[in-house]
Amino acid sequence: MSDFVFKPFDEMTPDDYAEIGFKSGLEIHQQLLTEKKLFCRCPAGKYHNDVYHAEILRHMRPTLSELGEYDGTALMEFKTKKDIIYRIHYDTVCTYEMDDTPPFEINEEALDIALEIGLLLNASLVDELHISRKQYLDGSIPTGFQRTAITSVGGFIPYKDRTIGIIQMSLEEDSCREVSDFGHTRIYLTDRLGMPLIETVTQPEMRTPQEVAEVNELLRRLVNSTGKVRNGIGAARQDVNVSVRGGTRVEIKGVPRIPMIPLLTYNEAMRQWNLLRLRDELNKRGINTDTFEARYFDVTKLLTKTRYTPIHNAIAEGKMVNCVVLRGWRGLLRWQTQTDTYFSKEISDRVRVIACLSVLPNIAHSDSRSETLSSHEWQKVRKFVSAGDEDTLVLVWGDARDADTGAKEIIIRAKEATIGVPSETRQALYDGTTGFERILPGPQRMYPDTDLPPKKITDERKLRIKQNLPKYFWERESWYKSIGVPADIIKDLSVSKYAKTFEILVEEMGISPVLAANALINFPKRLKKKGKDISFLNSNTFIQVFEFFKNKLICKDGIFYLLELIVSNNGIFEKEFIPQHCSQSELLYEIRQASKKVEKMKLYDEKNNITLTLSLVMKNLFGRIDGCIVAKEVINYFAKETENEQ
Amino acid sequence: MNNSEDYKGYRGRSLEVLQNFNAMVWSEVYLETTDGTFDGIILPRSETADDQHIVLKLPSGYNIGLRADKVQNIKILGRKIAQYKIPEKEFPFNPKLPKVKLFGTGGTIASRLDYRTGAVIPAFSPGELYGSVPELADYCNLETEKLYGVFSENMGPEQWIGTAKAIAREIEKGVHGIVIGHGTDTMHHTAAVLSFMIQNSPVPIVMVGSQRSSDRPSSDAALNLIHSVKTAAESDIAEVMVCMFGPTSDEYGLLHRGTRVRKMHSSYRSTFRTIGDIPIAMVNRQKITPLRNDYKRRRNDKKVDLFPYFDDRVAIVYYYPNMKPDIIDSLIDNGYRGIVIAGTGLGHVNKPLYPALKRAQDNNVAVYMTVQTLWGYVQMYVYDTGRDMMELGVVPTANMLPEVAYVKLGWALGQTDDLNEVRRIMLTPIAGEITEREPSNGYLIFQGGIPEVEEFISKVRK
Repeated sequence: MSDFVFKPFDEMTPDDYAEIGFKSGLEIHQQLLTEKKLFCRCPAGKYHNDVYHAEILRHMRPTLSELGEYDGTALMEFKTKKDIIYRIHYDTVCTYEMDDTPPFEINEEALDIALEIGLLLNASLVDELHISRKQYLDGSIPTGFQRTAITSVGGFIPYKDRTIGIIQMSLEEDSCREVSDFGHTRIYLTDRLGMPLIETVTQPEMRTPQEVAEVNELLRRLVNSTGKVRNGIGAARQDVNVSVRGGTRVEIKGVPRIPMIPLLTYNEAMRQWNLLRLRDELNKRGINTDTFEARYFDVTKLLTKTRYTPIHNAIAEGKMVNCVVLRGWRGLLRWQTQTDTYFSKEISDRVRVIACLSVLPNIAHSDSRSETLSSHEWQKVRKFVSAGDEDTLVLVWGDARDADTGAKEIIIRAKEATIGVPSETRQALYDGTTGFERILPGPQRMYPDTDLPPKKITDERKLRIKQNLPKYFWERESWYKSIGVPADIIKDLSVSKYAKTFEILVEEMGISPVLAANALINFPKRLKKKGKDISFLNSNTFIQVFEFFKNKLICKDGIFYLLELIVSNNGIFEKEFIPQHCSQSELLYEIRQASKKVEKMKLYDEKNNITLTLSLVMKNLFGRIDGCIVAKEVINYFAKETENEQ
Repeated sequence: MNNSEDYKGYRGRSLEVLQNFNAMVWSEVYLETTDGTFDGIILPRSETADDQHIVLKLPSGYNIGLRADKVQNIKILGRKIAQYKIPEKEFPFNPKLPKVKLFGTGGTIASRLDYRTGAVIPAFSPGELYGSVPELADYCNLETEKLYGVFSENMGPEQWIGTAKAIAREIEKGVHGIVIGHGTDTMHHTAAVLSFMIQNSPVPIVMVGSQRSSDRPSSDAALNLIHSVKTAAESDIAEVMVCMFGPTSDEYGLLHRGTRVRKMHSSYRSTFRTIGDIPIAMVNRQKITPLRNDYKRRRNDKKVDLFPYFDDRVAIVYYYPNMKPDIIDSLIDNGYRGIVIAGTGLGHVNKPLYPALKRAQDNNVAVYMTVQTLWGYVQMYVYDTGRDMMELGVVPTANMLPEVAYVKLGWALGQTDDLNEVRRIMLTPIAGEITEREPSNGYLIFQGGIPEVEEFISKVRK
C-alpha cells in the first residue's frame, strides 16, 4: 500500500485517483412511466404526503436463501427488532402491497419499456423472465422482499474514447418512502410501493468521481430519450459503488442528485483509504484479527454522579452504561476517516442503526477532546475495567438490551478495523460524507418467487421492440445542429418525449425546425407557468394543431392559442376553437379603437403609445393574426397619423 | 439414460443440450451462447415449465432463463449443491414448562422450496422449528410428530380420523396441550370434525397455519405458531380452537371455536372469523385475554371421549336460482346418504327441486338445510316454501355453518343408519355448532367508506 495522503477535493487529479486505485460503478434506479404499478392494478405516480387512512404493523424475520444460506444484512436487521408501521392511503394501495394478496401478472407495458432500454444499451435480452425475491428486512417492502427480474444481461454505452460496460438490468417494484426511523419504530408511506422501475448496473469502470457523475448523466439522458420514464424528485435514484485498491466494494445508497456524486465518492474513497491506513497502524501496534482484544463492563454505578449530561440523564431514567475497552487503541478513535469525520463516527453509526440508540451523542470515548466525563471519572472507570493508558474506553448507554447490543456492536466494528473496509451500504449525507446504513447484502438474499411462474419473452416481442427503438440522443443532437435548431433547445429536445413528434413535424409535415422545436419544448413550459395541466398535452395534440397551421387555418401565433384552449378543455379539441382569421378592415378598426383608448391615457413617455396600442390590439386579436403583421400595421397607422397632423 | 436427479426437471431440447456438455444441475458453468457469455450455476427446472430453456443463477443471485438452442458451449468450473435446510437446533428441555405436542399435517406453517413444481412444500421437525422460531422454547417443551404431509385441500376423512386418534393418544399420555399445524384452506372443516370426534378434552387443542408461507420475511407463520403454542401450554380453554391472526398487523391472534370459524378471505392474514358469535379469546406473546366465559375449562385428568367415525357419502349442495332437480337426483343415484343444502335466505330452494327432495326422502337420504348467507338461522316456518320443504323431510339446522353441517352429517352417518338417531345427533349441540342465541355483535362486517368506520380504522390498526 502506498503512503499517499488525501488532498482536498479540488486538488485531487486523475493521477491521484489512479494512485489509490479508485474504481466506481453505478446502480441506477429509474421509475418507468406507466399508468399502473408492476404487480397490481393500483395507479402509479400518485403521492399523498400527509394524508393516510390506516396503519398496519409488521415485523420481519430472516429466511433462508435458495441455496440454503442466511443473508448477513437480514440477520443484522433482525437484531434491531423494529416495529414497522405502514401508512396506507386507499387510492394508492390495495391488499397486494400490504402483502395480503399474491401478485397479479406482471405489467406488460413496464416489461416492454425495460426491454426497450436494454436494447438501447446494446444488451442481450433474456429468453425467459424469472421473477426473484430480493430480501429487504428493513421493512421498506411489506413482504420483506422486492420482486425483481433480470430483463437483460451485458451491454455498453460509449463514453469519451472508450465504452462503459453494463452488467445487467432488472425490472423491479419500488419500495416505500420512509417517514421516520427513531428508536425501535420505523414508519413508511406506501404510495410509491410497487411502482415499476428498472435498475441498471454498470461495470466499475469509472476512474474519477467526475467520471461517475458524467456517466450517470449520460445514462439518465439515454433512458429519458425514450419518453417512457418518470422525471422529477425521486424518479431516479442512484447507488454508487466505490472501492480503492485493497479495499472492499461499498455502496452509497439512494443518491438523489447527480451533482452530489463527485464529493460523495471522493469522501468515500478517502474513508476507505484511511481505514486501510488505520489497519496498518493497528498492525504496527501488534493488533490484528487474532490479537484483537476487547471486553465490556457495566459501569453504571460508577457514574451516578457524573455531570456529563447525556449519561447523567440516562442514569436518571434508569438506563445503564456499558464501557468497552479496546486494548491498545489509544488515540485511534480520532483517526480521520472523511472530511471532518473520525473513526468514532463509524462506531456511533453502528450503535445508532443496530442498537437503535438514535439520540446523539450515543457514545463517549476517552480519545475525545471534547468535554465528556471529567478526567477523575475516566480514571475511576479505567481502574474499574482494569484498562491501561494505552487502551481506549468507549461508553454506550441505553436500556439494558440496547446498551448490551450497543457494546457488542462497538466490539464488532472495532474488530473489523483490523481487516480493513467492511462491506457496507452507506447513506449519502448532505455534507458530502457518507454514513453507515447497513451491512452490504450478498447474493444470499435472492430467492425465486414461488407466486409467479417464469415468463417467456418471445422473439416476436423482441423484434417488435427493436423495430421501434428511438434514435440515440447524440445522433439526434447532431441532426438538430445541422438543420438549425436553436442551441438552447437542442439538449432538451434530444431527450424529450416529443423528439419523435419533432421528426414527424419536420420530416413529414415540412414544418420549420425552429418553430417546431420551440413549440414542443417551450410551449408546454409556458402553459405550465400559466397554471395549465399539461398532462393533457400529447404528441397527437401537437400534430393536430400543426396540421391546422400547415393548412393555413391558423396563424403562427394561433398555435399557442389553440394549444391553450385544448389543454384548458381537458385535452379535447372543439371545432369552435379555430379562430376566425382577422381581415384587414377588422384590424384597422381594432387599431383605431385602441389608439383612441391610448390617447385618453396620460403617458409618462409619449413614445410608449405605439407599444401600448399594439398590446391592446394583440389582446383582442391574439391567435387570429400574427403579431408581426399587427405591429407593421400599427406602426403604419401612427406614421400616417403623424403625417396627417403635420 | 436420463438420470432424473442429475438433470432435475429438464426434458426435451434443454435436457439434450445439458447432456451434450455433461452439465448437470448445480454445476458452476461458463456458458457461451449466440447472445453472449454467462457465468452462473445451472439450477433445476420446474417440471411444469417448458423444455426449451435452461435456468441459470447469475453471480448476483438472480435467475434467468436461456433458450437451449442458443447455447454453443458450456464449460464446467465446479459444483455447488444447494443445502436448503433450516438450521436444526435441538429443542431445549425445561422441567418447569408444560409439555406441548405439535402434530404436522402439512400446509405453509413451515415450508421450503420445491424444485419439482417450483412451489413451496411443507417442511417440519422440532429442530427446524426451534431453529427458525426459538421463542417457542419460552413457553413449553415441544414434541412434534408429522402425521401427514398434505396440502389442506387433500385432507379428508382418513386424515381426520387419524388425527383424532393421535390426539386422544397424546391426551391419555398426559400432554398439557396440543397444536395441529394445518393448511388454512380447509382448516375450519378439520376444526369442526375434530370438535365432534374429540369430546371432553381436558386440554386445549389448537389448530394453526399461516397465510404467508414461512419462507417469507413477513410470514405470519412464526407469530401464529408462538400464539398457538402459548395457548396450548398456558390457556385454560379445553376446546378445539383455531388460532390465527386477529388483524392483518402483527398484533394478536384470535382463538376461534372450532365449529363457528370460517376462512373468509382467499389471502388475507386475518382471514379466519368467528361467524354468528364472538371468538373465545385474544392471544399475544404476553397474555391470553378471554372474551367470553362459557368455554370448557382445562382439567387435570387424562380422560377424553373419542368418536372416530365418518361416512363420506355426504355432499354439500350450494343452491342457485334455476337449479335443476338432476343435481339432487344424481346424488341419490350415486348412493349418497346425506345432503346438506346451503339454501338462500332463511333456507330456501326452488319448487322444481321438490320432487327430487321427495325422492331423497323415499330413498332414506338425510337432507339438512343451512344458509348460504352464513350469518343467521335457518327459519323454515316463516314462508310457505320452507314449510313445504319440511314436509319433504328437509331438516333445518338452526345456525350451523354449511361446512360444519357437512362434517357433522358425515360423522353422524358414520355412527348409525337410523335417520332418527342421525337427526337427534345433528340437532343436539355438541361443541357450539348450534347456539340458542345470536348476540348482535356476532354479525359485524364493517362497511368501508362510512365516516364512523373510517374514523375507527384510522385509530385502530386493522
